Amino acid sequence: MCFFSCLASAQSTSTNEELLITDNPVGHPGGRLVVSLRSEPKTLNPVTSADISSREVIAEMTGDLIHINRLSQNTEPALAKSWKVSRDGLDYTLKLRRGLRFSDGQAVSSGDVLFSFRVYLDEKVNSPQRDLLIVGGKPITVRRLDANTVAFHLAQPYAAAERLFDSVAILPEHLLGQAYRDGKLDQTWETSASPGQIAGLGPFRLKEYVAGQHLTLERNPYYWKTDREKQRLPYLDEITFLFVPNADAEVIRFQSGDTDILNRLGADDYSVLKKDQATHSFRVYDAGPSLEYNFLFFNLNSALPANSDISRKQAWFRQVKFRQAISLAIDRDSMVRLIYREMATPLWSPVTPASAFWVDAAIPHPARSIDQARKLLRDAGFSWSETGELIDSSRSPVKFTILTSASNSQRMKMATIIQQDMKELGIAVEVVPLEFRSVVNRIFQTHDYEAAILGLGAGDVDPNSQMNVWLSSGNDHIWDLGESHPATAWENEIDQLMEKQLTTLKPQARKLLYDRVQEIIAENLPLISLVSPNVLVAAKNELANFKPAALDPHTLWNAPELYLTGPGASGQP
Amino acid sequence: MKISRKAMLLAIALLGLHLIVLFAGFLAPYDTARQNRELPFAPPSHIHFVDAQGKVHFRPFVCMMVDRPDAFGEYLEDCHRSFPVYFLVRGAPYELFGFLKTDLHLFGVDAPAGIFLMGTDAYGRDVFSRFLYGGQLSLFTGLVATVLSLALGMLLGVLAGYYGGWCDAAVMRGAELFLALPWLYFLIAVRAFLPLSLGAKDAFLLLIALIGLVGWARPARLIRGVVLGSRERHYVLAARLFGGSDLYLMRRHILPDIYNILLTQAALLIPQYVLAEVTLSFLGLGVGEPTPSWGSMLSTLQQYSVLVSYWWMFLPGLVLVPVFCGYVLLASELQPGRRAAVA
Repeated sequence: MCFFSCLASAQSTSTNEELLITDNPVGHPGGRLVVSLRSEPKTLNPVTSADISSREVIAEMTGDLIHINRLSQNTEPALAKSWKVSRDGLDYTLKLRRGLRFSDGQAVSSGDVLFSFRVYLDEKVNSPQRDLLIVGGKPITVRRLDANTVAFHLAQPYAAAERLFDSVAILPEHLLGQAYRDGKLDQTWETSASPGQIAGLGPFRLKEYVAGQHLTLERNPYYWKTDREKQRLPYLDEITFLFVPNADAEVIRFQSGDTDILNRLGADDYSVLKKDQATHSFRVYDAGPSLEYNFLFFNLNSALPANSDISRKQAWFRQVKFRQAISLAIDRDSMVRLIYREMATPLWSPVTPASAFWVDAAIPHPARSIDQARKLLRDAGFSWSETGELIDSSRSPVKFTILTSASNSQRMKMATIIQQDMKELGIAVEVVPLEFRSVVNRIFQTHDYEAAILGLGAGDVDPNSQMNVWLSSGNDHIWDLGESHPATAWENEIDQLMEKQLTTLKPQARKLLYDRVQEIIAENLPLISLVSPNVLVAAKNELANFKPAALDPHTLWNAPELYLTGPGASGQP
Repeated sequence: MKISRKAMLLAIALLGLHLIVLFAGFLAPYDTARQNRELPFAPPSHIHFVDAQGKVHFRPFVCMMVDRPDAFGEYLEDCHRSFPVYFLVRGAPYELFGFLKTDLHLFGVDAPAGIFLMGTDAYGRDVFSRFLYGGQLSLFTGLVATVLSLALGMLLGVLAGYYGGWCDAAVMRGAELFLALPWLYFLIAVRAFLPLSLGAKDAFLLLIALIGLVGWARPARLIRGVVLGSRERHYVLAARLFGGSDLYLMRRHILPDIYNILLTQAALLIPQYVLAEVTLSFLGLGVGEPTPSWGSMLSTLQQYSVLVSYWWMFLPGLVLVPVFCGYVLLASELQPGRRAAVA
């Protein structure tokens, strides 16, 4: 039996609560924080929420059993103070902290944990969380051992099982039980709900929501964490989420003092703010590489009509040497410089340096070489016409279109740089910007595209968060969707390796498997990785304990520990 | 039809601008797609006549622009070597008016220096060259789309006004439909349905066709009104009694009345269509990269950092203002009776 225990348990003399003691620098209570959100949350219901804004707000209102520390990227005890894993890796027994209460004062027990998992796994409720709780094809099961102990059973050993629990909010049965039994759970806890109807285990609880303007959370007086000096967290009295429609407006509001934090700055805005920080009372932070990776990929779908234009061009795209040549000709350094002002990392693999443990350092980073690229194309049977155009073995000129989203200026710039790079190979590239939903439709539904530039953001450093991309049957296997069986030998090898690492429990053994996956991807290039932007944020100087992290949420992940020095937060929204 | 002196001057000024952009290939020192990746957002080149020693040169010269190592987008001039500006130089080949192959440019400097009269953009491309070529696209889209609109509007307006009855009703209901159409969303929707393989030139032609065809309704209504009036004139009735055919009557008696309307409508429609193309390109839905148009050049200003840091990116927008004013003033000058109202 393995044994994991928490840092320390404190007994509060009056209520016998087992609280978690944090080791952050001690602050003082009070103050209000104002943060901007680019769109209004659609719901405050943790079971049904799917959009980013809803999840950002809900994250401050809910608590989970085991939490991933966004800075260290490791799991740590949260509502569960300790847990034991059986030797075969199939059973997890979690001990809950005693004496905890929801934000409305009602007691927490294992009954709430059972209720929560029943709701998430219920197919009729159809929560987006459900898929995340399926291991080995079967949903995990939970049973109650006593008032403060629960046991989870998995159908097969799962390496990252602890990480499953992160952000799975524990729900109050006393408030949602009836709605669930009536089948109306998905209609509860909308943004229009009154604060009295909602309760959670997060550092904050709902205070008020004004549609079109802001949503305010107030301090949860029953929160289960204290600092070293027994002060109950959070320090802040309130957090206000201000709705600001777009990135440029966010920067302007921050500069004028309306908001206290800027989450995810663009590199250009970062430079503008950096010049101002000496004379204003804020600071910009470069939190290092993110998990986002941008890439160029070709349409390798096999399900296309045989004599269409695209399937004719696939004869070029399917050749590994063609893709390798394209990758060698791309000027990644210029992308890092021109698009991100050096605040990005060039990528030759989709695993970014932000995953310090998992990234394979042995993947080669070949320098840009047009000569090498031309040699590869010659080996693949291509040649050049008298006018310098690249032609294939049947003397037709090689040209293709790159699809990208018109609203994403960074990817548009990547496309324009690649277009010019391809000219040096004699390939005529058209850049086609379309509205984002049209792009998604063409890539995922109709497969009516030749090449495209997209970005994916891994939710977690663990390789399991990328299963959908690498498995041939995965929903995000974008270059070739809808395959139940792998189309090539190397995709077959990736499938097997990914399945194997899912159940390998030792981290080092998993790393060897995942390294091999990265090597195969770098060799065969289903995705030609381009750049990964750094996480750039800004915050007012009065905000203390501010530690931006590479994992989302970058700025508010440690909201309970944030406090304000000096004369309080910004003024009225 | 008397054209006032003021209208003449305005027309000549506008014609001059169109001629300048027509000669874009000759006047522009560089190719529009050429990226100087070490010089993004370089400010306009300083043209020097006096060198560091105080000596005055008859021939102007430029210095090398070197980027500051610690600051992105900030440059220093390195005047150790001066690069004189030569005139009538051989440079990148191009096709004047689309068919005359040549490589003669009005001015240029030797490599590795560059002469950027309006600075460079995000990829280090010469804004002045792109401005001239972009003007070709933006201005001539306006012209061609206007011709399309007026041709279609004239045809349908004359038919509706002359024949009346069901023909009139059908055309007028159709006009109302087109007037109610939200043209921007319509064009965006059409763009999403186009096949991906459409080349830049074909996309441009399609764009012009769409903008022009969508806007026939207003001229058609105006022309119909005039035709309704002139159809009842005595000399028209007399000509008909003498056996004149419909076509003869239209050509000889009705059309001269609508020339004035056509001219004023043209002067009003051209800037609207230029703006339509600029708007579409601004939203990223016009002609694709790397082909420049004034709209796509202005679209970089949507980014806050560009808006506050690089003033030379405003230039296409600044030129649009006098162009529009010119056309609108011309339209008001051409109106019979010279009422100062802008329709």
